[in-house]
Amino acid sequence: MTGTPFDLQLLNFCAALLLLLSFAMLAQRRIVTLVNLLAIQGTVLLVATLLLAWRTGEHHLYLSAALTLALKVVLLPWILHRLIRRLRVYWDTEPLLNISGTMLIGLLVVVFAFGLARPISALASTATRNAIGIAVAVILLSFVTMITRRKAMSQVVGFLSMENGLFFGAMSATYGMPMIVEFGVALDVLVAVLVLGIFFFQIREQFDSLDLHHLEALKESQPINAQKGATHALHGDPGEGSPGSTVSGRTPAQKESR
Amino acid sequence: MEFLLLLATPLCGALTLGVFGARRWAPELNIAASLVTFLAACALTARVVSEGSLVVAHEQFFIDPFNVFLVTLTAFIGLTTSIFSRPYMRVEMHHERLSAPRLRLYHSMYQLFMATMLIALTTNNMGLLWVAMEAATLSTVLLVTLYRTPASLEAGWKYFILCGVGIAQALFGTILLYFAAEKVLGAEGVTALLWTHLNGVKGQLEPTVLGLAFVFLLVGYGTKVGLAPLHNWLPDAHAEGPTPISAVLSGLLLNVAIYAVVRCKVLVEGSLHSQLPAQMLMTFGLLSVVVAAFFLWRQRDIKRLFAYSSIEHMGIITFAFGMGGPVANFAALLHMTVHSLTKSAIFFAVGHAAQKAGSQLMENIRGLITLSPTVGWGLMMGSLAILGMPPFGVFASEFLILTTAMREQPWATPILLAALGVAFAAIFGRVQPMVFGETTAKRLPHPPALLPVFAHLAIVLMLGIYVPPYLADWYRAAAQLIGGE
Repeated sequence: MTGTPFDLQLLNFCAALLLLLSFAMLAQRRIVTLVNLLAIQGTVLLVATLLLAWRTGEHHLYLSAALTLALKVVLLPWILHRLIRRLRVYWDTEPLLNISGTMLIGLLVVVFAFGLARPISALASTATRNAIGIAVAVILLSFVTMITRRKAMSQVVGFLSMENGLFFGAMSATYGMPMIVEFGVALDVLVAVLVLGIFFFQIREQFDSLDLHHLEALKESQPINAQKGATHALHGDPGEGSPGSTVSGRTPAQKESR
Repeated sequence: MEFLLLLATPLCGALTLGVFGARRWAPELNIAASLVTFLAACALTARVVSEGSLVVAHEQFFIDPFNVFLVTLTAFIGLTTSIFSRPYMRVEMHHERLSAPRLRLYHSMYQLFMATMLIALTTNNMGLLWVAMEAATLSTVLLVTLYRTPASLEAGWKYFILCGVGIAQALFGTILLYFAAEKVLGAEGVTALLWTHLNGVKGQLEPTVLGLAFVFLLVGYGTKVGLAPLHNWLPDAHAEGPTPISAVLSGLLLNVAIYAVVRCKVLVEGSLHSQLPAQMLMTFGLLSVVVAAFFLWRQRDIKRLFAYSSIEHMGIITFAFGMGGPVANFAALLHMTVHSLTKSAIFFAVGHAAQKAGSQLMENIRGLITLSPTVGWGLMMGSLAILGMPPFGVFASEFLILTTAMREQPWATPILLAALGVAFAAIFGRVQPMVFGETTAKRLPHPPALLPVFAHLAIVLMLGIYVPPYLADWYRAAAQLIGGE
């Protein structure tokens, strides 16, 4: 890395950290730690945004850094921690794949991501173009996290981590989206988490319990929708009706279509 | 001015109904807000017809022949659905399936949903389009779970997670689009996501990046269209939510999502100069038609049945847009119109039928015609219309699509015809005993509003027999816009 300015080295270091954090999320089964990892990811993103803002002198990046601080470092982890405490979901159940298997898939995904990002990096003129591959890898790894988890809560963390990856991708490819779009996206993410909170409380109200596994239990003994099995049969996993398998049921197809 | 009214009315309506949504007069207020929106849409249409395309609010919003017709359609169905929902929701309250706070939530979110769809249709900014699409999902998630039954919670969760993940792909596509556009339109980022500007320079956009972007955009917005194999959320969300929401989801949201796909396709096709986007649309469309036709056989729930029928029709429309060319685009636009009108009319009739029978399962709904001829005939006529029987408008558009397919993509015609035949047998065989025969239905405490059903069907009938010249010009202008130069 001789000849690379120090701030750029730091930026690349942040990118590497993001990738590591995604792998940590992939392996982590304790939900509280998962949320903490998400908060750290948000913080790294904040540092990267600030560095980039300082380096390029783009003022709107300071604004999006402020948005990151408010939303991803403070507000979202706080809401998620509150939800975890009130719903008492601390551990994820056994993932669909064991950890070493998941990690291997993760590695392949990273290779694929860099392949996917190569044409984009080649065309980019930003200082951070090498990080685009990492952003794509973070998005895809979050995808894997969502697929391999059964708990609704870990899927939500995966979802938010995917949003972080998208944000990082936009930042490293084009120094961020236009401000109006970034505000809109941030608003949507916030509303999404709030809606989700309400949603979880509806589940609690319905089942008179704080545990989310009812959401999965009800799917396996689906009382009125006899055709639910039919929907799953399309993907070859009849009887397995957890939200995890719903997502996974659709994903292979999605990957193919890519 | 009309434009401001168009977007502000549903937003104000959402706020007001968020406070007063449980009062006795709330349904009337809901209707009034929808009526004002519809009138504003009509005024806007009149202006676009006389003055041509409009660009407002620092170019963030624009109206051209393509989206103005969807705006009018959206506002019209929004109005009729609010008229239908007044007695429907009263009956639900009477059956104690809803409480006052949930009714308030329903009314408020209904207006918010209309607002997000109108923003999505009229925005010029591809980023805002994404934001509005996501907001449309979020405003309806809590409506799908309105009854708080286990099944509806499951449906809501599926809807949220699948559409959320899907639309995240679309965001990545949008980022790539911006990335390509920034090179051409300058790094200021002010105009680089505006569709009108992008359309102007689409020939210079980097083809590799745009090709990649289109894959993500199609998968993302395609999830919201309900294209197979990304359609899993759609039947659940339609079946478990309240019927007015099924009507607007099927009649409007899917249209808006297709609109987003088509806008992207125009840009990408201009950049790529290849058949790739068209082929992808045709493949997804055809796959949806086939998958939906065969799933239609396995349904027992009436709302799920018609939800799968929506997937089928979305497939037909996507296929037609994929074929491209003036005739296919014209037919696709016509099909969007008649499908929205017919499908929402069917859902209105189905809603009252399910309330009368006290069940959504088809085997429990029998002999509607003896107790309530209007609901029975509404369902029968609606089903015949959606199955493409002449002289309804669906026949005209499907006929156009099929004849174009015979000429341009002959391999696809037998697949389409077979799927349509399978769908016909599946739906007609189910609807016939529900309408005729011994009755199981009961009287409702509030008289149903069937005016919207017959108003929609009358328009569909008219479109099948005679498309007024100004409407035809309008479709042609829109088709030309999509078809490129």
